[in-house]
Amino acid sequence: MLDIRQRTGYLLLAIMVGHVILISAQVQSKSGVRVLEVVALGAFSRVQLGAAAVVDGARNFWGNYVGLRGARAENEQLRAQLAELEVRLQEQRALAARTVRLQELLDLKTSATLPTIAAEVIGGNPNPGMRTITIGRGSADGVRANMAVIAPKGVVGRVIGEPAAHAARVQLIIDRDAALGAVVERSRSGGMVVGVEVDPPLRMDLVSNPSDVKAGDLVVASGVDGIYPKGYTIGQVEKAERGTGLYLTITVRPAVDFSSLDDVLVVLAPPRPAMPAQAGEAVK
Amino acid sequence: MKAAGVLLALAAALVLQTTLAGLSLEGATLVNLVLVAVVYVALAFGAVTGMLAGTAGGLAQDALAGGIIGVGGMSKTLIGFIVGVLGAQFIVSQTLPRFVMFVGATFAHELCFQALHTLVEGRPFAMQWSATLTQAAVNGLIGIFAFQVVELSPGIVQRRRARGTSLSRRRY
Repeated sequence: MLDIRQRTGYLLLAIMVGHVILISAQVQSKSGVRVLEVVALGAFSRVQLGAAAVVDGARNFWGNYVGLRGARAENEQLRAQLAELEVRLQEQRALAARTVRLQELLDLKTSATLPTIAAEVIGGNPNPGMRTITIGRGSADGVRANMAVIAPKGVVGRVIGEPAAHAARVQLIIDRDAALGAVVERSRSGGMVVGVEVDPPLRMDLVSNPSDVKAGDLVVASGVDGIYPKGYTIGQVEKAERGTGLYLTITVRPAVDFSSLDDVLVVLAPPRPAMPAQAGEAVK
Repeated sequence: MKAAGVLLALAAALVLQTTLAGLSLEGATLVNLVLVAVVYVALAFGAVTGMLAGTAGGLAQDALAGGIIGVGGMSKTLIGFIVGVLGAQFIVSQTLPRFVMFVGATFAHELCFQALHTLVEGRPFAMQWSATLTQAAVNGLIGIFAFQVVELSPGIVQRRRARGTSLSRRRY
């Protein structure tokens, strides 16, 4: 008969060996979808949907109550803002019309509007430190792996893994394993933006020292990775310093506020192959 | 009954953790509710249950996180086992020892988790001490609160009295 302590020890050993085998199998595999992941995501997304609905309901109820307080002052302030924005809208319309005319003059092909689908954020990552979210759209809605996810303010991330029928996991661009091709809008200096675990959570790599990059410059997606749509805002340069090696040390503040993401857009265009020379390492 | 309770606690912790992370990423790094549930189970039911709860909770968390499945499971299995053993060796029926267990478990878990990631992914060891300290304190407070809620529940106290058992007199 085995002593209870011995049995516990054997059980621990068996579980540990099981874990080691499980981890080894994943590290060795080069590609392929993990069935456990897909099944867990599919099943749990239902629970997440329910939980998100309950939380949203409570939040809306509380928000409505709080919203009533001081609504008058806010209303007046918003009216003033609206008037100002209408003026700006007129200016932008005029600018847009001028741009279209210039494009026609230069015989440039106008890019088609990206096909997108709106998705609600139904859950975050249960592992603190890893930056992914779960959205309430999946394969049944046409969402596929590696599709870009954007928000009105800029790039959010990309769909990772095979989506479930009504849910998909999105790797945020601030995740430590995320990377995308980027370009500084003003000087057109190209590089690669990667997620880091410090503040600000983005760093732009591979921009050579002589390049013209200043704090405040807008960083946009270059499109070389074949995933993220070209020209979409990633963030703003917070600091650009001469690096010790060949490249500048650039920190980027993301345009999107990832702490309050409620709704996003999934770009339904399938990813293109990355441009070889420039983007070999653009998407890890 | 016990198994159902443990599974229910883990599921509730997972749902709360993912919902919290959906609302705010900063909020998610502030607390690890699954770890709190595992430590609670280990302290309340012993090493074997703690270990199994750690395995189940950790694997579920890994599967939902999109990273390597098994890293969190292994860390939490170890923590569930160690906390269960320590809980059986020492008297942890008071608030302060329990708080210390939650704080210690959070640090040990983070160390284990980061070390495993370093080994598996070959990246530099990146332990964020201040964030871990905050998370440990929050985990400790939530754990203590959970114990208080359960122990102040009249039905549970009566059942425990009827059985004549206490947390400090558990068998290994």
